[in-house]
Amino acid sequence: MVYLTRKAEFSASHYYNNPAFTPEENQRIFGKCNNPHGHGHNYTLEVTVKGEIDPRSGFVVDLKQLKEIMDREVIGVVDHRHLNEEIAEFKVQIPTTENLAITIWKWLGPKLDVARLHRIRVYETPDLFADYYGEE
Amino acid sequence: MKAYLTKRYRFSASHRLHCPEMSAEENRAVYGKCNNPHGHGHNYFVEVTVAGQVDQQTGMVCNLADLDAFVNERIVERYDLGNLNTLPEFSGRSPTTENLCVEIFETLQREFRHAEVEKVRMEETMLNSFEYAGGRQPRH
Repeated sequence: MVYLTRKAEFSASHYYNNPAFTPEENQRIFGKCNNPHGHGHNYTLEVTVKGEIDPRSGFVVDLKQLKEIMDREVIGVVDHRHLNEEIAEFKVQIPTTENLAITIWKWLGPKLDVARLHRIRVYETPDLFADYYGEE
Repeated sequence: MKAYLTKRYRFSASHRLHCPEMSAEENRAVYGKCNNPHGHGHNYFVEVTVAGQVDQQTGMVCNLADLDAFVNERIVERYDLGNLNTLPEFSGRSPTTENLCVEIFETLQREFRHAEVEKVRMEETMLNSFEYAGGRQPRH
């Protein structure tokens, strides 16, 4: 089994707010991230796939194909978007880095055939990232 | 749904690698430049990975404010701009980054109550790093 990781970047805005909480609770739990005008990040996405090396091509996965799938299913959807306002999943859940990793897994998982998804890592800043490995 | 959250922190500290049970020659042979009696320093990076179910209401594995507060108070404040050899946790053993990594993991595991501590990874320089997951195989 070989693991292969491809990176991509996107920029998006978001804010954290749960309508089930009072304004005071939202402020206490989410702090500055609760600003209703939102704020943005340059995110880095790492998609790790795993599989056996094809003896003829020497590939675990065709990287060009993986890039096309990532561009179509993720980057094209979230880049330069407001996650709360424009992405259906985040109208009903908070666009934390954790939820973003889980959502991207759900988008990409069914689109991969040869290699299997191993991990989604989303960096919100260079000092903070979330990992999701699917349901364990 | 279980997710893993990692936050990166930094501190600078000095140390001298020296084992009192070894002779001066042995210490020099084992630790080389790191055995210099005057010590030397590093800018360390610490990556703390916590794990848990994503809370449905907050969307979080752990509130970062809680993790930041804990790590800043118990780890960064303790080690930043200090000499590791002077601390009681290194009185009987060499303050290698392996030992420091285990010490930080155990402090988190013992005292941090807001999420399960999965792993601590430390970089001593850009060229070396250490990981400890409490005796488990670290997850990659």
